[in-house]
Amino acid sequence: MTASENQHQENHAVLLVLFWAYVLIPLGWGVYQTFEKALALFA
Amino acid sequence: MPGFFSKERITAGHRYNRWLIPPAALAVHLCIGQAYAFSVFNEPMTRVLGISQSAPDDWKLTTLGWIYSLAIVFLGLSAAFGGKWLEKVGPRRTMFTAACCFGGGFILSAIGVYLHQVWLLYLGYGVIGGCGLGLGYVSPVSTLIKWFPDRRGMATGLAIMGFGGGAMIGAPLGVTLMKYFQTETSVGVMEAFVVMGVLYFISMVIGSLAIRIPPPDWKPEGWTPPVESKKMVTKRHVHIDQALKTPQFYLLWAILCLNVTAGIGILGQASVMIQEMFKGSITPEAAAGFVGLLSLFNMGGRFVWSSASDYLGRQNTYFLFFALGTFLYSMLPSFSGEGNIVLFIAASALILSMYGGGFATIPAYLADIFGTKYVGGIHGRLLTAWATAGVLGPVLVNYIREYQIDHGVAKADAYTTTLYIMAGLLMVGFICNLLMKEVHEQHYMRHDEVENGETV
Repeated sequence: MTASENQHQENHAVLLVLFWAYVLIPLGWGVYQTFEKALALFA
Repeated sequence: MPGFFSKERITAGHRYNRWLIPPAALAVHLCIGQAYAFSVFNEPMTRVLGISQSAPDDWKLTTLGWIYSLAIVFLGLSAAFGGKWLEKVGPRRTMFTAACCFGGGFILSAIGVYLHQVWLLYLGYGVIGGCGLGLGYVSPVSTLIKWFPDRRGMATGLAIMGFGGGAMIGAPLGVTLMKYFQTETSVGVMEAFVVMGVLYFISMVIGSLAIRIPPPDWKPEGWTPPVESKKMVTKRHVHIDQALKTPQFYLLWAILCLNVTAGIGILGQASVMIQEMFKGSITPEAAAGFVGLLSLFNMGGRFVWSSASDYLGRQNTYFLFFALGTFLYSMLPSFSGEGNIVLFIAASALILSMYGGGFATIPAYLADIFGTKYVGGIHGRLLTAWATAGVLGPVLVNYIREYQIDHGVAKADAYTTTLYIMAGLLMVGFICNLLMKEVHEQHYMRHDEVENGETV
């Protein structure tokens, strides 16, 4: 694998992590809010 | 040079990482899932003029209820009519159009609140926003199936899980924004609409910019397509128009419609139902918690069941939904009669997980039966079953319940008949699933038609 291909793959990996974080952080916030609400059922 | 939105421009190279596609789909579905949470705006919108309480000229809840109904109807219509266009122009243009419609719908609705003209909300969120919902819903599905031929169910489940999750973001976001913008002269709805419209537009555009389609001969590294065709999984393709001429399309339509009707039967009435069936034991706060729990299972079921369908097979997964659903629905009145809250909650949660699972598994079932080439468009047309169920489910529950109460049945027992009817609907679904067979030879496209993308 050439150096430029290696660099390209690393960039892809960073983008992958950032993009997943971009969608999963708000989703996690929403799930947490709902979970907190759901806890009232067991209170 | 191909245009910015063209299929040629978004065709990925062979080394492209396919795991970048699910977040692109999620970026769209997490936004449009807000539709499920639109009701958080209803009560504040009945006080737009009066602020602290409704003024005589303020909108009534019944007037506002039409906004959501219109959005769901236009979701079904735009998915049905826009599906063919999606196959022609590709996912980027469709997703961008969805972003303009959904974001623009919010902005037009904000103007409607500012001018206190309800027709602008019907047009904005209902009609234009509804078109954004439909186009956004179907646009990434066929792309995901093409990128994940080895795990179709999991891939579509990820995106459609986002639609369930979108409500969990949309509801607290809407409430937080209204609180932040609330003043002595405003309930904060208009400002919340503007902020959400802009945020959702940006997020959906990011999704549309990130989406890529695989090169024609692409397959996942290390994966070889099975040499022998699995039963009920075709390697050939049925044209979008030809699919409508097959009995399989109508059986799948009925399968989706019945599964959704049964789920909505519980989801739409969950809060009132648990309070009335367990009178004195369940407070309104606990009932709201029950609704929250069902939403979590609805969302989780979308990913878990559709991923499981990759191993169980699509037909077996629906057999499980319908058989287990029938059993659980018919047991709910007994759990209520015995005062067994734990089993009642557990059964309801499992039913809702299968409701979500039914939504998320249907695109992969379509791809298995009709092939992958036109699955996005065919899926769009099948979503009219959702719009139908959206009307049928609440009507069945509400009218049967009202009828029974009018005829002297106690409120706590008024749900029993409805729950048995829901179990009956799921049995019909089981039979429809049983009748599913491979598409007849005459409906498949010829090799040259597939190559040219010709209409049949």
